[in-house]
Amino acid sequence: MKAALAADNLIEISGLRFSRGSRLIFDGLELAIPRGSITAIMGPSGTGKTTLLRMFTGQLKPDAGSVLVAGQEVPRLSRSDLYALRRRMGMLFQNSALLTDFSVFENVAFPVRENTDLPERLLRNLVLTKLQSVGLRGAANLMPSELSGGMSRRVAMARAMVLDPELLLYDEPFSGLDPISLGVVLRLIRLNNDALGLTSIVVSHDVAEISHIADHCFVISEGKVIASGRPDELADSESELVRQFMTGAVDGPVPFHYPAPDYRQQLLGSS
Amino acid sequence: MTLFMQLQGSLLASMRKLGAVVLFLGEILAQCPAAFTRPRLISAQVHNAGVLSLVIIMTSAFFVGMVIGLQGYDSLARLRQEDILGAGVALTLIKELGPVVTALLFAGRAGTALASEIGLMRATDQLAAMEVMAIDPIRRIVAPRFVGGAISVPLLTAVFNAIGILGAWFIGVYIMGVDGGAFWSQMQEYVDPSDIGEGVSKSIVFGIAASLIAVYEGYNCAPTAEGVGMATTRTVVTTSIAVLILDYMITAFLI
Ligand SMILES: Nc1ncnc2c1ncn2[C@@H]1O[C@H](COP(=O)(O)OP(=O)(O)OP(=O)(O)O)[C@@H](O)[C@H]1O
Ligand SMILES: [Mg+2]
Repeated sequence: MKAALAADNLIEISGLRFSRGSRLIFDGLELAIPRGSITAIMGPSGTGKTTLLRMFTGQLKPDAGSVLVAGQEVPRLSRSDLYALRRRMGMLFQNSALLTDFSVFENVAFPVRENTDLPERLLRNLVLTKLQSVGLRGAANLMPSELSGGMSRRVAMARAMVLDPELLLYDEPFSGLDPISLGVVLRLIRLNNDALGLTSIVVSHDVAEISHIADHCFVISEGKVIASGRPDELADSESELVRQFMTGAVDGPVPFHYPAPDYRQQLLGSS
Repeated sequence: MTLFMQLQGSLLASMRKLGAVVLFLGEILAQCPAAFTRPRLISAQVHNAGVLSLVIIMTSAFFVGMVIGLQGYDSLARLRQEDILGAGVALTLIKELGPVVTALLFAGRAGTALASEIGLMRATDQLAAMEVMAIDPIRRIVAPRFVGGAISVPLLTAVFNAIGILGAWFIGVYIMGVDGGAFWSQMQEYVDPSDIGEGVSKSIVFGIAASLIAVYEGYNCAPTAEGVGMATTRTVVTTSIAVLILDYMITAFLI
């Protein structure tokens, strides 16, 4: 049974525990992500969505539990195996993380130059193709400082997919985008996924947007998956928790506040 | 009592940091062979760290040379020994002031630039992005900068010494009228190869220390704007103290 599951799942997380200082971020998180799908990971700010992505890439190690990516136990991989696994992934960072000294073209070319010996002419065509697919072939010679937020996001997307990864991780691809760029990015995520046959994981709290493209959603809060299912299933979920999140009510079972001492006491307290 | 405890605390903290820096050096050295297969990355850093520091090094050297020339002339003239001015100036510069002042200026000009450049990469997730792209940032970013800096310091020291001696010559011979022939011949007479060796070994050690501290502070800075600022400040402070301590240790060892 377990082996049959493993065949369709690109990522399987079980019993994940992780803490930062005294703050417990994951407390027995369980999650499985099927190959070839678009999976949304949602949750309030600060629940550890970015942290979870860093577990997939092996940049952070869990305190306990298993992180299986493509059948490999990420925290236990040797350095060279981890780097080999990373060549099969692409990641879009929350703040794009373009290399400031390099032009748009060189940014997209960077992973290719560093990881392969592709001849210059092929490399040029590859990079231009990827830039074309995000609509920025004309911006190839600009520097990152000359781009808007939305443009940087699309360049970072081109860079993340330039080596045709099996797995693409998007950290908040929609934040701060105008409606047009947002539509473009949404369409790109869907298009990439279907055309290249990859598996996509999208972290977002834009419930409405992500519902359009996601095949499956996970809602994470307080260190656990509190709900999972298709977007339409979640929208009319029984659980008050999930409905609160999907409809955007300010307070409810999912706390809006970071853990803090009693408000009244702190305001009235002597020091 | 509190002062003692403070001292003890900061001593412990320094020791811990020294350990961390040495471990980091190990990591860099492990990646150096790979870095040497791409000499262009290194030469670009020699340009950044070395060539761009040339103006400040040359200007400072000329003034330092002039002031030693002036002080030296003033002291020697009282003993009627102006002729050995050239030897005195050269020994002071080559053995002591050249390596030390160059390393301090390097920390201020190139060290801070290195620390803030790498720190900014940390703060904007560029280093994390490289890791995810299966590119080791120590190999691609840190090692070439470390090697480039370590190569630059001895070269800059040589420039500093040459310009400094020229400055002293300008004051001593051109302005104060010391005999030019004596200036150069006494210098030749009294400066041994071992003196030059002392200066060169110092500049090599200082170059390694200054570059290592700069890349360490940048790479390990807190990923925020203040973090980058603090990393640059710490680079100058730590390098200055390290250079002065190392200077004493090498001098004591070689004399
Ligand atoms: N370097 C760090 N050191 C200590 N705590 C951290 C660090 N990075 C993140 N945290 C903490 O870990 C928790 C999860 O952070 P994370 O960035 O994963 O949240 P997130 O779900 O991605 O939030 P957002 O939606 O705002 O991006 C936060 O509460 C944060 O305070
Ligand atoms: Mg985040």
